Amino acid sequence: MALLAYESQVRPGLIEGQKDYHQVTEDLVRPIEASPSRAWWIGFLVSVACLIFGIYSVTMQVIYGVGQWNLHRTVGWGWDITNFVWWVGIGHAGTLISAILLLFRQGWRTGVNRAAEAMTIFAVMCAGQFPIWHMGRVWLCFFIAPYPNSRGPLWPNFNSPLLWDVFAISTYFTVSLLFWYTGLLPDLATVRDRAKLKWRKFMYGMLSFGWTGSVKHWQRHEALALVLAGLSTPLVLSVHTIVSFDFATSVIPGWHTTIFPPYFVAGAIFSGFAMVQTLLLVTRKVLKLEEYITIEHIEVMNKVIVLTGSIVGIAYLTELFVAWYSMNKFEYWAFMQNRVNVFSPYGWAYYLMMGCNVLSPQIFWFRKMRRNITVTFFMSIIVNIGMWFERFVIIVLSIYRDYIPSSWATYYRPSIWEVGFYVGTFGLFFTCYFLFSKFFPVIAIAEIKHILKKSGNVFKVKMGHEEQETAEEFAGEYLHRDH
Amino acid sequence: MSVKKFVVGIFTDEQVLFPAIKKVRSAGYKIHDVYTPMPIHGLDHAMGLRETSLHTAGFIYGITGTTTAVGGIGWIFNSDWPINFGGKSHFDLPAWIPIVFELTVLFSAVGMVLTFCYICQMAPFVRKHHFNLRSTDDQFTMVIELTDKTNEAAVIDFLTSVGATGINTQTAETGWWLGRYDKDKTPFEHKGTALV
Repeated sequence: MALLAYESQVRPGLIEGQKDYHQVTEDLVRPIEASPSRAWWIGFLVSVACLIFGIYSVTMQVIYGVGQWNLHRTVGWGWDITNFVWWVGIGHAGTLISAILLLFRQGWRTGVNRAAEAMTIFAVMCAGQFPIWHMGRVWLCFFIAPYPNSRGPLWPNFNSPLLWDVFAISTYFTVSLLFWYTGLLPDLATVRDRAKLKWRKFMYGMLSFGWTGSVKHWQRHEALALVLAGLSTPLVLSVHTIVSFDFATSVIPGWHTTIFPPYFVAGAIFSGFAMVQTLLLVTRKVLKLEEYITIEHIEVMNKVIVLTGSIVGIAYLTELFVAWYSMNKFEYWAFMQNRVNVFSPYGWAYYLMMGCNVLSPQIFWFRKMRRNITVTFFMSIIVNIGMWFERFVIIVLSIYRDYIPSSWATYYRPSIWEVGFYVGTFGLFFTCYFLFSKFFPVIAIAEIKHILKKSGNVFKVKMGHEEQETAEEFAGEYLHRDH
Repeated sequence: MSVKKFVVGIFTDEQVLFPAIKKVRSAGYKIHDVYTPMPIHGLDHAMGLRETSLHTAGFIYGITGTTTAVGGIGWIFNSDWPINFGGKSHFDLPAWIPIVFELTVLFSAVGMVLTFCYICQMAPFVRKHHFNLRSTDDQFTMVIELTDKTNEAAVIDFLTSVGATGINTQTAETGWWLGRYDKDKTPFEHKGTALV
């Protein structure tokens, strides 16, 4: 232990206002202890209504079969797999923020990591629904699990990317959940120890696993977080890589592309950060957390958005170049006729994707735009729409006009049940998020306290004079000669 | 079950806590444990705790996952039910890399979290002894165990002199709910198994 609390004055502070440790607890536990606002109830009930509609749509599909969806030859994957990839992509920002930024020692992650991790978990829950219900005979879905069975024994094909996906998504969900929950334990203990109501004491006592805050436990907790971050970093990259293998290992023109893994991962981070912005801009406003999720946080995330959006843009252009350079007729057709040709039936989708994902985020090159909340919120929605269309373009536009022109006439339109299922996953996602924001601290309390004395604005001002101190004076104040 | 007596010193600033721990240790008092609301880097060293071996456990769980995946798929595709996929090798290691990697991560993460919960004696519904409820809020709590050699009044005076802002004396029944800090300093001795 040498420097307890020092960070350069050049870096902007991450916690605004007059804060001490107790005030941080008060601010961040308040949303849990207060009764929910009217806005919360309205949002929650709308989400539950969407969820119910989704359950109804899925029920109809289970009763009458996958024919309820307008999938056909040649569009065997439509909205369902588009939505699956979209939700998985959104689920990438949380672990990126919590794991990769932890390894890179980015202090700003502490303001946003808890909510982003929760978002990840809920998004992966939504994503998982699509392949499961797409199976049709969903009651046999356990067939994908490799276990000794009486069917031969018949094992799943471990060389198939679809099975890799099963392992990747379920591992990702489990590890994200563990990472999120171990991080929550100290904060749940904080809520427990403040609780006056009996049920709250009991509930948080149960949830916090008996956390005491012992130094030894903190030491292990830190070690655990670091190793889990180290494990999650390649994991988060592997998940969308494996999702992209679902397409890349096939021989469909438009899917059979070697740049898919990095392209998908960049797109996932892009859409994930957009969703984090959407959620946090609302959360900070409704729960009055503007002092913890500051403009600095929003600006940093906008920088990530412009970077990853541009990477995605380069990937789009590379695809076009390779389609031309390969001199493969079918590849060329898939890109130049099915996508770039604006007069083709789905040409509009391609340009919508380009406009939303590549062109519009470029306004974030301007500092003023990056720090503008209205622009950021608007852009986060635009990016999410654009990224949905990216997956739609990849999936449907590669297969709706294939080698047999006689099957071209069947223009793919989703049925109400496909749309209802998608709406239902929004219901699931936001129902979970509303419950999370009511019952769990949406900002990591202990982590905020950990950075308070080096990144809190009050303490930064106090430390102003230290920039002029000599090294000996500085060391005299901050070095603890404990060894 | 015997009953132990503790002197609880409360600090409000970690910059006071660090030198205080050093002084208390050099004065020879037995620190039962220190409780803090957030992780403080270096406090474990100041208290003379050894490094945690959780990383090693994570590595062992990880390679267990790797072996399980390679062994499992290899056995299935080579011995239990060999399928001919277009004349490709039955031992098709490159195609297994995704699953092998995922299982490595899964085993390591799940194993480490379970180990963490076990060695910290944490589980749902577990209730432990809390010396100061505000040590999960804004206070740093140092607990000194009174033995037959220590004088209570002397300990209280000493804690005041090193900067504790609040001091009280508490008794608690011994058991796993008190934590095992004092045993962590002697890693190679036999530890009594304490179950949740």
